[in-house]
Amino acid sequence: MISPNEPNIQLDPQGRLKHFLTIEGLSRGLLTEILDTAESFAGVSERTVKKVPLLRGKIITNLFFETSTRTRTTFELAAKRLSADVLSLNISASSASKGETLLDTLRNLEAMHCDMFVVRHADSGAAHFIAQHAAPHISVINAGDGRHAHPTQAMLDMFTIRRHKGDFSQLKMAIVGDIQHSRVARSQILALNTLGAKEVRIISPATLMPDHAETLGVKVFHKLEEGIQDVDVVIMLRLQRERMSGALLPSEHEYFQLYGLTDERLEAAKSDAIVMHPGPINRGVEMNSQVADGPRSVILQQVSYGIAVRMAVMAMAMQTQGQGSAQ
Amino acid sequence: MSHPATISIINGHLIDPANQIDEAKDLHIAHGKILAIGHTPEGFNAEQTIDASGQIVCPGLIDLSARLREPGDEHKATIASETAAAAKGGITTLCCPPDTNPIIDTPAVAEMIQHKARQSGFCRVLPIGALTKGLQGEHLSEMAALQKAGCVALSNALTPISNTLVERRILEYAATFGITAFLRPEDPYLNNQGCAHEGPVAARLGLPGIPEAAETVAIARDLALAEQTGCHVHFCNLSGGTAVSKIRQSNLPVTADVAAYQLFLTEDNLVGFNSNCHVIPPLRSHNDKEALRQGVADSTISAICSSHQPHEPDAKKAPFPSTAPGISGLETLLPLTLKLVDEGLLNLSDAISRITCGPASILKLPLGQLSVGSSADLCLFDPQKHWQLTTDEMLSHGHNTPFLGYEFRGKVTHTLLEGRLTYSNTPSQINPEAQSI
Repeated sequence: MISPNEPNIQLDPQGRLKHFLTIEGLSRGLLTEILDTAESFAGVSERTVKKVPLLRGKIITNLFFETSTRTRTTFELAAKRLSADVLSLNISASSASKGETLLDTLRNLEAMHCDMFVVRHADSGAAHFIAQHAAPHISVINAGDGRHAHPTQAMLDMFTIRRHKGDFSQLKMAIVGDIQHSRVARSQILALNTLGAKEVRIISPATLMPDHAETLGVKVFHKLEEGIQDVDVVIMLRLQRERMSGALLPSEHEYFQLYGLTDERLEAAKSDAIVMHPGPINRGVEMNSQVADGPRSVILQQVSYGIAVRMAVMAMAMQTQGQGSAQ
Repeated sequence: MSHPATISIINGHLIDPANQIDEAKDLHIAHGKILAIGHTPEGFNAEQTIDASGQIVCPGLIDLSARLREPGDEHKATIASETAAAAKGGITTLCCPPDTNPIIDTPAVAEMIQHKARQSGFCRVLPIGALTKGLQGEHLSEMAALQKAGCVALSNALTPISNTLVERRILEYAATFGITAFLRPEDPYLNNQGCAHEGPVAARLGLPGIPEAAETVAIARDLALAEQTGCHVHFCNLSGGTAVSKIRQSNLPVTADVAAYQLFLTEDNLVGFNSNCHVIPPLRSHNDKEALRQGVADSTISAICSSHQPHEPDAKKAPFPSTAPGISGLETLLPLTLKLVDEGLLNLSDAISRITCGPASILKLPLGQLSVGSSADLCLFDPQKHWQLTTDEMLSHGHNTPFLGYEFRGKVTHTLLEGRLTYSNTPSQINPEAQSI
């Protein structure tokens, strides 16, 4: 009786990216635009002067309510390469612990005239919440909210895949590991389906599988060997240590025996298949070192491409401000 | 200020499911009680006459679960504010769960709440006491003392009793004194800090899920113990279809209620992280909603409650999992129930029974009926009036409802408690008067 159809708050009235909160609801055209824009930024890192003046005078605030090294650092680098001023706040250690509400923290930062928030938070929906309540001139980039979404990670993965494989329409993908608790997997699945991948498979024991997994637009497998048969890309997810204590898995040892990627197991995939991982890797749990450091692994490229993709998203979102769409 | 001791309500259409009345009749009140139905008794002189032309006259509504937030959370709402909202919604009797602060586990708190409610004078407030001390699920509360202090039933509110032996003892002890145990069926482990129904929507939004089995497992356990102990168990706030069939199949003298919103909302309403749809137990699937409706239709669920949980605005302004669960529901109990009639699930008389004599019989109280001699608790509503729910319209201090902006049909025009007007759409007539204290 209440319509669940809300306008997509990520887009401005002209259909341009104002906030980047989730892949859901974004068109293939827009995702391709992100990848193309990232492509144009990829060269910046190789220059002697690693900067473009696109966001000069803008203030970007990294709001990390959950700790992170890789994601925060690459967002920081991306912002700096766009010539923005960057403020990085580790909120879990400051206001939140003093009882300040998220909204109050937000209002205080707004009063410091920030132009963009890059947000990581343990609650699913946190980035949506901040986008809904921030002042209209502020753009919000989701750097991971609970189990919901991590759209820039998904886009840097798409960027990596496109660089190696080109067209998505012929590709079979396998995502292996803790799908249930993974915001990365949710965003990857949406991105792959939007970009028209031929088949997306997810592989894990039932305890790590989301309920109603098939409704996410994937094929569900429980055996690694079957799931990676003839795939072009194998994406391994990080396994959190706390999954053992939560009675979801018996041991890291058994997990590796059943789901750990080795060169022998990788034989089942296509001969030119690439191996990805959002990091940090638990060597000997998700995969052994031979695979992680082997010729199929593109894991370190993912990290460097992350900077270009984050530059692209920030530049695109800030563009909606520059042209006066904000009230 | 004095109020009229004799009132006639004329030209209205009386509906009283308890006495199978469904016809145009006048009703006469004297000294807080129903004096006569139909013809005016000889020598009766009404000090006030209410013309109920075009209106339904039914027993005042009885709500089995409404949190008033007092004592303890007065920043959310107060006994005065919420009982006024109840009166506006046609409610004349409501039960408040024990999870106040302090908890209703001593006679003093139960008495204080009733005292304050009488001072406000808008609604009869019947406290539900705690089954265990501090709702900890370990030691029995002083059940007989709570009963004596006016608690109509006992419950452990939102905290499941994890120890099955303790639950057995609780139900045995309650049965000894003929106390009804209100249980909200939820397995303490399977909920696993979830905040949404474990289904496709939670899977997509990445919200920690509560499986339907969390309710089903608890229902199975509670039914076994109800049979073992002979205690009258009443299940509160059902959310899943399996629970309804388990209760239906049990053939035990257990009863059940459902929150009105559960009959209209589903997991689909969570899209966009709408925190006003964050409720516990969660909104489940379309099939669950239909099964709950079926349970209401065949009386497996004999009461519809508001499950009123008012909050201050900030409680809903956070990322979805961190928001406080609950909907402010007093003012939508009647309109949502009437909507079930519009949608063909129930006839008007049956719908009214679920919010009057249905809950009264669960409480084993002689309320919710228009019998001569019974308390003149009445709700008059215009069944054709279209109106829109807005925050300006609401008397509850909690504006946390997903039904804001929604258009309803059927609006309360007058509410009478013990023959006194506690709400009237003509404000000058309202005269809630404190009873002797």
